[in-house]
Amino acid sequence: MKTNRRTFVGGLGAATMLSGSRVAFAQKKYDDGATDKEIKIGHTNPYSGPASSYGVIGKCEEAYWKSVNDRGGINGRMIKFITLDDGYNPSKTVEMIRQLVEQDKVLCTYNTLGTPTNTAIHKYMNQKKVPMLFLATGASKWGKPKEFPWTMGYQPDYHTEAVIYAKHILANVKDPKIAVLMQNDDYGKDYWEGFKEGMGKEAGRIVKHVTYEVTDPTVDSQTIQMKDSGANVFFNISIPKFAAQSMRKAAEIGWKPVQYLNNVSGQVTTTMKPAGFENVQGVITAAWLKDPTDKQWDNDDEMKAWRVWMEKWMPGANLGDVNYVYAYSVSYLMEQTLKKCGDDLTRENLMKQAANHQKLRVPGLLPGITVSTSPTDFYPVQAVQLQRFKGESWELFGEILSAEAS
Amino acid sequence: MTSSKKWLWVLIALAFLVPLLRPVLPDIVSDYRLFLVSTMMIAAIAVLGLNLLTGFNGQISLGHGAFYAVGAYTAAVLMDHLNMPYWATLPAAAIVCFIVGYLFGLPALKLEGHYLALATFALALAVPQILKYKWLEGLTGGVQGIVLNKPEAPFGLPLTEDQWLYYYILVVMVLLYWAAANILNSRSGRAMMAIRDYAIAADTMGIDTALYKTVTFGISAAYTGIAGALSASAIAFVAPDSFNFFLSIKFLIGLVVGGIGSLIGSVVGGIFYVLVDNSAQALSTFVKNDLGLQFDLSAYTVFGILLIVLMYLMPMGIVGGVYYLVQNLRSSMRGGRARQQAAEKQPAAR
Amino acid sequence: MEQFLQQVASGLANGAIYACVALALVMIYVSTDHINFAQGEMAMFSTYISWQLMSWGVSFWIAFILAVVLSFVLGVVIERVILRPLHNAPVLSIVVVFIGLLAIFNSVAGAIWSYLIKEYPSPFPKSSFGIAGVIGPHQLGVVLVTLIVLGLLFAFFRYTPLGLAMRAAAQNPQMARLVGVRVDWMLALGWGLAAAVGAVAGIMVAHIVYLDPNMMGGILLYAFAGALVGGIGNPGGAVLGGFIVGVLENMVAFAGNQIEKASGIYIIGNGEKLTVALIIVIFVLTVRPAGIFGRVVVKRV
Repeated sequence: MKTNRRTFVGGLGAATMLSGSRVAFAQKKYDDGATDKEIKIGHTNPYSGPASSYGVIGKCEEAYWKSVNDRGGINGRMIKFITLDDGYNPSKTVEMIRQLVEQDKVLCTYNTLGTPTNTAIHKYMNQKKVPMLFLATGASKWGKPKEFPWTMGYQPDYHTEAVIYAKHILANVKDPKIAVLMQNDDYGKDYWEGFKEGMGKEAGRIVKHVTYEVTDPTVDSQTIQMKDSGANVFFNISIPKFAAQSMRKAAEIGWKPVQYLNNVSGQVTTTMKPAGFENVQGVITAAWLKDPTDKQWDNDDEMKAWRVWMEKWMPGANLGDVNYVYAYSVSYLMEQTLKKCGDDLTRENLMKQAANHQKLRVPGLLPGITVSTSPTDFYPVQAVQLQRFKGESWELFGEILSAEAS
Repeated sequence: MTSSKKWLWVLIALAFLVPLLRPVLPDIVSDYRLFLVSTMMIAAIAVLGLNLLTGFNGQISLGHGAFYAVGAYTAAVLMDHLNMPYWATLPAAAIVCFIVGYLFGLPALKLEGHYLALATFALALAVPQILKYKWLEGLTGGVQGIVLNKPEAPFGLPLTEDQWLYYYILVVMVLLYWAAANILNSRSGRAMMAIRDYAIAADTMGIDTALYKTVTFGISAAYTGIAGALSASAIAFVAPDSFNFFLSIKFLIGLVVGGIGSLIGSVVGGIFYVLVDNSAQALSTFVKNDLGLQFDLSAYTVFGILLIVLMYLMPMGIVGGVYYLVQNLRSSMRGGRARQQAAEKQPAAR
Repeated sequence: MEQFLQQVASGLANGAIYACVALALVMIYVSTDHINFAQGEMAMFSTYISWQLMSWGVSFWIAFILAVVLSFVLGVVIERVILRPLHNAPVLSIVVVFIGLLAIFNSVAGAIWSYLIKEYPSPFPKSSFGIAGVIGPHQLGVVLVTLIVLGLLFAFFRYTPLGLAMRAAAQNPQMARLVGVRVDWMLALGWGLAAAVGAVAGIMVAHIVYLDPNMMGGILLYAFAGALVGGIGNPGGAVLGGFIVGVLENMVAFAGNQIEKASGIYIIGNGEKLTVALIIVIFVLTVRPAGIFGRVVVKRV
């Protein structure tokens, strides 16, 4: 599964450059959802239900397109952004997406959220030949241009990230005995499979594997089980609420392993602070976005611009929520992709342009991380950097890692 | 009675004819609309199953989502692993769900009211967990679920997938509705209702309450299971996330809003179940964009408000409310005692 | 052995949370005969109110008292405004109204305070409290507070005229009305009390599970099971039921662990602990249909 990711490596860049150059003189061509005046983009997101904390992503994206329209749109066209609530229920997503494609006739969708939800519409979108771009999920199955030429992911996938942790543990911890806490769904599974793959022959070093359900009130019981296993490394695959709970509980019961935390919970205000700063010193995680609550980015130009934008377009929003940086960055990428399409707003050209970014700098990504895609590489962001928690913020260390390097 | 039956036939005939209007009204009779109506019919069948149990037999269930899930997974596993044709999965799902429902009905005999509610509630929570259970993963696909193919029209009929699905589901629904009406009109049906109205009296009259209650549980589960199997074909994907606890609650809402103890009410409830979600979204964007209100009114809030308002206006459900309204109009025209009779004739609900 | 003790202690701590919420459920049930599905969301909302007060600089205990009082008022208002007109509606219609309330509270809290988790302070001193490594100070504090609330409620119903009137109104509304009890106000009072108890529960829970609009979703379920195990009409039973469910759940996972350790075969684990705990609860209920401490009400035909 991973081979097609590693083989892409540069080289194709130069060839695709030519076809990707501005097509401003080209004839105006349109598919459903695009006209001289307007481009329609669809989106689904959980605004209610168990995953409603991601609802802010949709709201921020809505604000983003408003601000784009305020600047005069893209190549003179206004963006009509339609976002619908699917409550993180795959059946509902199918209904909503069909409404967007068949009723509202959108040109494409982008950043639809969730792994099960996107799985439910994967086949449909590819049969209908409607681009589904830059999905908000870290599953590793979205970058298969051969089987699914109309689907493209966005963020570094969980699988690769877990491989990076596994390698780091084997290289840096002496005689590791590893306990894993995992959310019992496909997000957790993806990390878990990647982690096992990364351990390779050393997989026997995983001495304990416990799971929790999102409906569980606490993970205290699981944390006690992990301590009891005698593990000295703790790999934490959980969302902020449970990540904070488990790290706090570990400290309370006097368990002091080397801790690796998944990127999903890497935010300072929603995970590290609730867990208690004194309990999370030295925790390691991988990052690819700038954490808005991290003081090291206080004077960063991109983040300053982001703050100004937030003040204007999302007044009153919580500036500590990394989801806003996420939404901003992915929307920026979408805007750039549409811009490159020029007046050829066909679905085919949109996919062509989406698969034709070279080292594009997207605000919000860590320094040194850029977006590159090609007809055979449908993984826009694939680099991460490890960071260690110190004091009240993260400290980046080591090189920028990607699938190839791991 | 006969006039309402006539109306029913007209409705069914209309339902069969409407998709054929596509060449004339392509935008109104679109694939998407037919798909939406198909999901409404699926929901109607599920609510019908719940109604048999709660409305006609007086047993409360907060867990019919579980049978829906079992039905959907039975169909999906048979299609995925054994390449069974989609239509053959319906009887299989019905049988499996009947057995599960019957078995569950046995301990449920001992429980009443809130305790039965808890037991069924637990079932609704347990099923998604069981689908993820380590030793069943090979069968159920675990958390990843199973991706299926949509059924295509057979015999080279010139129908799109959605048109064919619409007819397929419509036929199934009409058959199930007819079967339910017949059951209720029979001796057994009267026994079911007697148990609902006065269990002890029914017992003394020689009705085997335990048998009737468990079998009703089984039939009810089978109906909902068939709905689940149909949804697996319509959505072409099953995953544990589709069958969370809120699904059961939605069936209950469909039941209450449509009308407890009314067959037509189940259909109305099924339609409502799909419509209310979509209209809540439309209403919330309308408030946000067109009225320009600054307050962030989410679709979920609108959904809550809609439910409360509906219960205010029609505490007996839509069918009960309409019935009451019609009777009221008649009695105000005729005057006299019809009004009182109407109140007595209201679909019984507990 | 150490693990066993820790699991029991953590089960008790969780149980205290369930017990607190179960108590609120019982309050409404005793006074109105309904199970309020929106109870958890109301408690969550109350907790947000106290959080908001604290973020404005009010100290913990004053925010606590204000939130409890405000919740009481909110409970009374909901009964008078929303449920009063539906007095003669069938039970299931009222359940639907509760679901509507649940949706409204949940989404409004999300709209006002966002869905991000917030930390919530603990009022209990960090040191010199609790038993290191087994049970934390806050957990012990929650157990204490739960027991105090239970004691207060018991005293209220047993020794005050108002408590007596409320019990009378619930048990025999017609007779109560004849002796001059204003029955409909007693119902509203019951709602108020339940909301106040819920507020206490929410405030106690929030430090452990963190504050977010969905924080009560899972808990309500356990509380529901706890209340039914103990007997839904019995506050003491509900508290005990909550503790039982909390410990039972951890014991299931513990037992599964031990089996896996001994035989190497995975049978049950954390994924199945809720399911197994609920099966045990239902089994108990089929043997004792009114809960362990409930009394069977004999119906007259």
